[in-house]
Amino acid sequence: MERSYEKYFRQNRLPHLWCPGCGNGIAMKAIVQAIEKKGLSQDNTVIVSGIGCSSRASGYMDFDTLHTAHGRAIPFATGIKLANPELNVIVITGDGDCTAIGGNHFIHGCRRNIDLTVVLFNNNIYGMTGGQASPMTPLGKKATTAPYGSIDRTFDAARLAEAAGATYVARSTAYHVQHLTDMIVQGLDNQGFSFIEAMVQCPTAYGRKNKMGSAADMMKDMQESAVMKAAWDKLAADKKEHKFPIGVLYKEDGLDYATAYEAVIETAGGKNK
Amino acid sequence: MTEARLMQGNEACAEGAIAAGVSFFGGYPITPSTEIAEGMAKMLPAIGGKFVQMEDEIASMGVVLGASLAGKKALTASSGPGISLKQELIGYAACAEIPVVIVNVQRVGPSTGQPTAPSQGDVMQARWGTHGDHPMIALSPWSVREAYDAAVMAVNYSERFRTPVILLMDEIIGHLREKVVLPEAKDIKIYPRRKPACSRAEGYQPYTPDKDLVPNVANFGEGYHIHVTGLIHDETGFPVGSPKITEEAIDRLHQKIEIARDEITHTEEYFMDDAEYAVIAFGGTARTAYEAVKNARAKGQKVGMVRLMTIWPFADKIVKALAAKVKGILVAELNYGQLVHEVERAVAGKCDVQLCAKYNMEIFEPQEIESGIDKLCAGGKD
Repeated sequence: MERSYEKYFRQNRLPHLWCPGCGNGIAMKAIVQAIEKKGLSQDNTVIVSGIGCSSRASGYMDFDTLHTAHGRAIPFATGIKLANPELNVIVITGDGDCTAIGGNHFIHGCRRNIDLTVVLFNNNIYGMTGGQASPMTPLGKKATTAPYGSIDRTFDAARLAEAAGATYVARSTAYHVQHLTDMIVQGLDNQGFSFIEAMVQCPTAYGRKNKMGSAADMMKDMQESAVMKAAWDKLAADKKEHKFPIGVLYKEDGLDYATAYEAVIETAGGKNK
Repeated sequence: MTEARLMQGNEACAEGAIAAGVSFFGGYPITPSTEIAEGMAKMLPAIGGKFVQMEDEIASMGVVLGASLAGKKALTASSGPGISLKQELIGYAACAEIPVVIVNVQRVGPSTGQPTAPSQGDVMQARWGTHGDHPMIALSPWSVREAYDAAVMAVNYSERFRTPVILLMDEIIGHLREKVVLPEAKDIKIYPRRKPACSRAEGYQPYTPDKDLVPNVANFGEGYHIHVTGLIHDETGFPVGSPKITEEAIDRLHQKIEIARDEITHTEEYFMDDAEYAVIAFGGTARTAYEAVKNARAKGQKVGMVRLMTIWPFADKIVKALAAKVKGILVAELNYGQLVHEVERAVAGKCDVQLCAKYNMEIFEPQEIESGIDKLCAGGKD
């Protein structure tokens, strides 16, 4: 079996630190397979991550990689992209990293339509710190900081991205791995802020606390709960409970920030470098 | 020589940074530093550089660090409340060794304080304002021309040592307008971005220290596939959970500045030849102190002044030598007393140290410092 994607990993940094059954490895592999499909150069692609389980991915990937501070991946990535628009900049983040501590940066990255491809590994929990509730922990689910079930309403990061101005918004899951790869490929195709929510199972911190069974059971749940966008749109409201749409959820044309800045430079009489 | 211009301190700071090679600015509006951002928004695109107004102070710090990693010299500017927010990533820059300059045009604190009256209350914040052990370089100009020069110096030091440098302005100098003659571009020394000495194939490691203990970290996009993290790391750039590596990493961060300490500690002396007493001051307050010392001399008091342009690292050697020479030192600062503790530490009881503090939104009057000098000369008695 050909494993051509292996060249995108730092073999001397593996094995990874994720727990047995964790979905992060699947999402990470989907990213490099998307990079391979797009033929992006390893010398010209930068992986930027925040802090948390998801964000350890950057260290395993053989590119220029940046493991930033908690929540701050998007501002760092914005600086990289603006400083050198020739670089492909991919952000790996998690549900806590992106929508809690990094929430402001997330919506403003979307608003600027800066050309980043942001992949959010959504495991519905703070895994690295041992299972605290995140803004994407579903209502009623248990966490170490929500021992009686969470009463905090949940962010829909995809709808948030759309409302904030992202020009490409998609969702997939660790179960639908080919589909997830395709969603990332399309995100890389979009010249603007692309957001892909990758649902990943966390059997250790989230699944165990909520009696969701094994990693395979959690992936089976994803298979049963995920509905392709076209089917979702036709689904009766009463059938949508405990289900969620996957696929390209939103797409529009829009000028990306670095290109818009080229016009500023021209107006100011400068030369684009 | 260039033509004389009427210029504001904040403008001079922005122009100095550009002269030193800054081509990227990220910031957030805050008085009394906003003119720096406004100047950058106008000037940078005209030279092909980039300005971006971020959603908050934290993002402003993140965006300049990203730009610096991608190879651009980068600047951000703020005032106390904003600097408090930037502290997180100032520590990141220290740990990951990313060149960046942070301008703090100080105003009265704590918190929102007295916007936007003058203060020098962020002396200790500049030194310690982020968690964990880290070195710091902070420069404090006392004139508009020196704001320009200090900006050039700050950018050069950030590149040379690959460390965050704080340009510790105050509102007095930030908003002061005076006549300046700027240096010609050819006379400005610029420290270029450090370059890797070998290729990946030759075993390049991004955090291998050079002879001066500073690593030659490659820019992103140059094919080195480096990893940058705020975790304590070894020469490879990857995190290591080892006591030995941790100790060595923190030692090197400090030592790379420490071995150059004398060279980067800039001070100036006035009327010190036969002085029996000295005033220590910095930034805008040094202008008032200078006037006060001149007036004291006219009254026959044998007093001089030592001005600190480099605030951090602290001028230990100079102050220690001063203590051996004079009977007493008066520290004049626009705060409740911060730098005075460093002076006392360096003096170590060898002479009298007194504080002339002010923290009521107003700058010093020369008479106030003169009263301090009178008291100092009287051995602490009114």
